[in-house]
Amino acid sequence: MTNKLTRLFSKKQKNLLNIFFTAGYPQLEDTTVILKALEDSKVDLVEIGIPFSDPLADGPTIQESSKKALENGMSIEKLFSQLEKFKNDNPDFDTPVLLMGYLNPVMQYGLDRFCERCAAVGVDGLIIPDLPMYSYQMGFQETFEKHNISNVFLVTPQTSEKRIKEIDANSTGFIYAVSSASTTGSKADFSAAADYLGRLRDMNLNTPVLTGFNIKNAQNFKDACNYVDGAIIGSEFIRQISASSDLNDTVREFVKSVKG
Amino acid sequence: MSYQVDDKGFYGEFGGAFIPELLYPNIEELQENYLKIEKSEEFQIEFHQLLKDYVGRPTPLFLAKRLSAKYGAEIWLKREDLCHTGAHKVNNTVGQILLAEKLGKKRIIAETGAGQHGVATATVCALKGLKCIVYMGEKDIERQAPNVARMKMLGAEVRPATSGSKTLKDATNEAMRDWINNPEDTHYIIGSVVGPHPYPDMVARYQAIISKEIKEQMQGLPDYVIACVGGGSNAMGAFYHFLDDPSVKLIGVEAAGLGVDTNKTAATLTLGTPGVLHASRSIMMQDKDGQVVEPHSISAGLDYPGIGPAHAWLKVSDRAQYMAVTDADALKAAVECSQMEGIIPALETAHAFSVLKDLDLNPTDRVVINLSGRGDKDMDTYMRELHL
Repeated sequence: MTNKLTRLFSKKQKNLLNIFFTAGYPQLEDTTVILKALEDSKVDLVEIGIPFSDPLADGPTIQESSKKALENGMSIEKLFSQLEKFKNDNPDFDTPVLLMGYLNPVMQYGLDRFCERCAAVGVDGLIIPDLPMYSYQMGFQETFEKHNISNVFLVTPQTSEKRIKEIDANSTGFIYAVSSASTTGSKADFSAAADYLGRLRDMNLNTPVLTGFNIKNAQNFKDACNYVDGAIIGSEFIRQISASSDLNDTVREFVKSVKG
Repeated sequence: MSYQVDDKGFYGEFGGAFIPELLYPNIEELQENYLKIEKSEEFQIEFHQLLKDYVGRPTPLFLAKRLSAKYGAEIWLKREDLCHTGAHKVNNTVGQILLAEKLGKKRIIAETGAGQHGVATATVCALKGLKCIVYMGEKDIERQAPNVARMKMLGAEVRPATSGSKTLKDATNEAMRDWINNPEDTHYIIGSVVGPHPYPDMVARYQAIISKEIKEQMQGLPDYVIACVGGGSNAMGAFYHFLDDPSVKLIGVEAAGLGVDTNKTAATLTLGTPGVLHASRSIMMQDKDGQVVEPHSISAGLDYPGIGPAHAWLKVSDRAQYMAVTDADALKAAVECSQMEGIIPALETAHAFSVLKDLDLNPTDRVVINLSGRGDKDMDTYMRELHL
């Protein structure tokens, strides 16, 4: 089956908007409601977070959403069953979907079984922040490739040029450029990232680059897209849906406010 | 079989560095430098000088005669409670502060459960004039008030961790987040043999002074070495120089809390399964979905849902035996040690004493218990639980 991420990057590589939200939040059954609303709003990619009890790289907003989602009863199995039903109900759904999750729940589920289910329910790529490149190459790559699942690595302002090139050579989806040394959503100022994103642009990498962490609004999105192929909004989107009385409206208005 | 770390940071199938990319430069810097620095003559001279003149090493090995008579064996106590700041934790913080200094770090962060590691970190930061921030679970801040006050008096800032169980696990998460947010000027002094490679090996090396001294002081091999385990730093220090002496039985004692068959327990090696927590693969307490289970122990130093990867390997490879002791039995053992030897042990250490009754000891057996810390910090708990 075609990997929708690969297809996306083969035809469009500019001003890509990727929206992150946590599965099972605010309510357990909201996952697919938000997913549908995001496609209707024409976002380019969607990243769904698998909640974990100890999300090390996340700031308070996403951490809190994870906690609530777990309390709501979200699990990997539940998420797959929601996505499976969604796929059956929406055969024309065409937006690339990534799952973001920490290593331990994935390992407990079983890597091969996890990737197989991903492929079956229409997940195109994975972001596992605590899976380092070395371990990916040693034990994961083969399974990802077998199921045609892209793997997304992160780079930060502290990542050396040599390592960025290595990551570029090993990436099959996009490179997730963390905009500053921080947990998600924790720093107010995005402008400081310009130098670093400029450096990435000038490296002429083979893999598309999307930047995330601390992108909140249309201005940040526009600034980011001056340097790289797109941007990811997570914490701010979670804040918006947390306060929403109508998810469809909130999602549509938020995406419009960012993309125009 | 090797019980030491390999060049990729693994002990058998456990260990490694499952870190977010955000921490890669910090960990790489440590991996590339920790052995070079630790093995340098300059480091060794300064480390041992501080251990001698500041920490008060060597700590005595004391023959506990009344306990020996009761349990029918020679019971020796390695007196880490006599270290400066009252516990073995300071051996590691002295080592890591020298390392941090040599790496040019200006800001130190740490996590603490019972507060002993926080106090030891605040102490060495004061000694070296470095800024110190200690993360501590909100619940632990309440139950370890004297240590919180000590850290503040030493000039450290104590930041509460308010997520999850509000204990050591959550303090560790917050400290790691701080490190992610401050990668360049900050060194994270992890307090146990947990976390990503090279921490488990690094901390073990700094604590290995305990077993080195035991070996010298005993002038030969003991039959048993017993130590409590939360993350497992004092146990690893006490085991280190005996790992390749198969005649020495190594026993780690973890906290059963209300009992291993209740859900109020911290007996990781008894009940846990392999998984990745705090950036290393070890054995941990988790549910079927891989979510971390909140641990319980009367001792704030032992209620951690994971354990150092070296201990997981010692357990799986049968080199060490691990036993679990309940809150109630630990309290009984604390009273016994206090009233038979005149030493009030830390609640963590009391767990180690409690297994004496369960061992099949001979009169010629030489048993060393690592008395990892003194009980002053636990007096509130002792007063409440024992109606003193």
